[in-house]
Amino acid sequence: MSLEGVDVSNTIRVLRSGEIVIMKNRYLLAFGVLLIIATIACNSNSSGSDANSVKLQGAGASFPAPLYTKWFKDFGGAHKDVLVDYQSVGSGSGVKSVIDKTVDFGASDAAMTDEEISRAPGGVQLLPMTAGSIVIAYNLPDVKDLKLPRKVYPEIFLGKIKKWNDPAIAKANPGSKLPDQPINVVVRADSSGTSFVFSKHLSAISPDFDKAVGTNKMPNWPVGTKSKGNEGVTASLMTTPGSIGYIEFGYARSQSVPFAQLENKAGKYVTADTASGQAALASAQLPDNLIVWNSDPEGDSAYPIVTYTWQIFYKKYDAKKAAAIQDLIKYELNEGQKDAEAMGYIPLPANVVAKDLSASSTITAQ
Amino acid sequence: MSSSSSAAPQAGLGLGLVFPVRKDEITQAPTPWQRFLDAAFRKTCYSFAWLTVALVAFIVIRILIAAMPAMRSLGVGFLTGRVWDANAGNFGILAEIWGTLYTSILALIVGSVFGVAAAIFLSEGFLSSTVFVLLKKLNLHLSPIGKNLPDQIERLLKELIELLAAIPSVVYGLWGIFVVIPLIRPYCDWLHTKLGWMPFFSTDLSGPGVLPAVLVLSIMILPTITAISRDALVAVPPKLRMAAYGLGATRWESIFAVILPTASRGIFGGVVLAFGRALGETMALAMLVGNSNQIKLSLFSPANTLAALLANNFPEAGPKEVGILMYAALVLLAITLAVNIVGAFILQRAAQLQAE
Repeated sequence: MSLEGVDVSNTIRVLRSGEIVIMKNRYLLAFGVLLIIATIACNSNSSGSDANSVKLQGAGASFPAPLYTKWFKDFGGAHKDVLVDYQSVGSGSGVKSVIDKTVDFGASDAAMTDEEISRAPGGVQLLPMTAGSIVIAYNLPDVKDLKLPRKVYPEIFLGKIKKWNDPAIAKANPGSKLPDQPINVVVRADSSGTSFVFSKHLSAISPDFDKAVGTNKMPNWPVGTKSKGNEGVTASLMTTPGSIGYIEFGYARSQSVPFAQLENKAGKYVTADTASGQAALASAQLPDNLIVWNSDPEGDSAYPIVTYTWQIFYKKYDAKKAAAIQDLIKYELNEGQKDAEAMGYIPLPANVVAKDLSASSTITAQ
Repeated sequence: MSSSSSAAPQAGLGLGLVFPVRKDEITQAPTPWQRFLDAAFRKTCYSFAWLTVALVAFIVIRILIAAMPAMRSLGVGFLTGRVWDANAGNFGILAEIWGTLYTSILALIVGSVFGVAAAIFLSEGFLSSTVFVLLKKLNLHLSPIGKNLPDQIERLLKELIELLAAIPSVVYGLWGIFVVIPLIRPYCDWLHTKLGWMPFFSTDLSGPGVLPAVLVLSIMILPTITAISRDALVAVPPKLRMAAYGLGATRWESIFAVILPTASRGIFGGVVLAFGRALGETMALAMLVGNSNQIKLSLFSPANTLAALLANNFPEAGPKEVGILMYAALVLLAITLAVNIVGAFILQRAAQLQAE
């Protein structure tokens, strides 16, 4: 009996200790739940509880993403009630998101095809927001200034010109020490607007390229090592002497990768910079839908591979969002353009800004 | 708090409730509560085990459903085509299948040689005996620190090798691009100019390509092979070793004739596991293999693998392409499954042979 008593008291004590543990756990649980609730509350506080604040969700092209991110940050700083979030998921996904209506606006280097525009609910307005050049970068330690004739570089990317000391290259570069070395072509492995614009340009100047490869976000290149993204291509270029590849101008400049002067339609060798980019943009007139492909620009000083990149807006928004988007567009077209050059993009010419502003009036409240 | 710890010092805090500690009784029939807990615990374990099986089945079925339209429209031609051209609607993954198997098998050969060698080095006391001899020369082998030093150094080295498994794949990829490729370039160029007639060296090193991918991949699978092989070698009964020495075998004779064959099952299991990892490795290979659809024996030319194809194409794939990529994923899954089944089969055969 007494033994049992000890037993029982023991159990009770243990039980009591168990109770304490359980209670502790309960406290912990309650604390955790409180924490979660607090977090959620804080989150909604920062984005939703203020009745006047608006959140704009964007997604699309990765090429202008650094510039867009800076714009949206600065814009958010000046407009406390608007939060713009941009996901750099690629042009294709950007267009897809617009069609699926999972975003407030999209962005694409490849604009949108008529078929895609017809699938977008309620109609869309595309606005060119900035522009950029694509350069042909190379890794030849002994060659300072490489000039590439317009007959030659499509052939390199077709694998028809295989050696650096090919007579066609040597003729354009008298005095350069071109090595007796195979040309190692590096292209993008992933689907990208950069590949789209570059292959569109090559197709425009070379019928052979048009027939063999054509214009695509992910062309079926007949030669070359493929690397992922601008950074992958640049890494391959820098570690492999004798390489050639295409990357964005801003990226090449920030990484100080040497790039070639290209022969333009007028037969002049032009290097990529802001002036030659703007000259190329100025040579083409924007049509009413603001989508233009200037795959082979005219003019002596025009750099040949230049493209606009677009933001895609719906035509109808609710009143608050429509007002915020109008503010955003005005900011991007005025203050925003001043950031472009420093970051390696081409500021829009004044006439394009004016066209954008007038076209943006079609974006209205429901 | 203090009362609870004095009441049941042996039991953990939460366990006191589940398994009450009785000081005065050693055995007793389980209480209904204990029996219930026991059954509940067992049921939970079973259900979790089955849940993993169900999860795998669910993944396979979802991939299968997504791949169905592509399988119907492309058929077997998908497996034998060599072109991947989304523009022209041409899809084939023979080059990727070849690249996947080629890089994995080569990496497995390199990784197994080094991995098993490292395992022998770590398990047969080579390092500790060297350290011991060194300490003895300094007359430190009996000092409090020197006493344990040989074993500690051996353990440190083992941990270091296992640490290789903790390095993220993308770091391996970057390391491959910026360190391995420039490092091997002079040797590759030399091999190409001197021995270019051999199919393995028939092209110039393109930068990213088969060889850099294989080298990095073999380092990535090294910890798996070494850890499992070492465990298998340590598990060889000491009496076998003693018997071999007793029969007059040298150290190397006993390692090669007795210890390695005895541990071969475990070593082989590790190799199969490593092969599975090599087949599915994605990020490092997408960065290093060159992603070029060609079937070549050359170690210096770029190739492609299924995992790299998926990684490169998924982000911007349209609805139709997603189905085709799912088909490719299914093929990769089938290859991995086949490797594991063949591995299990060989292991079983080896066990039977050993038993006879």
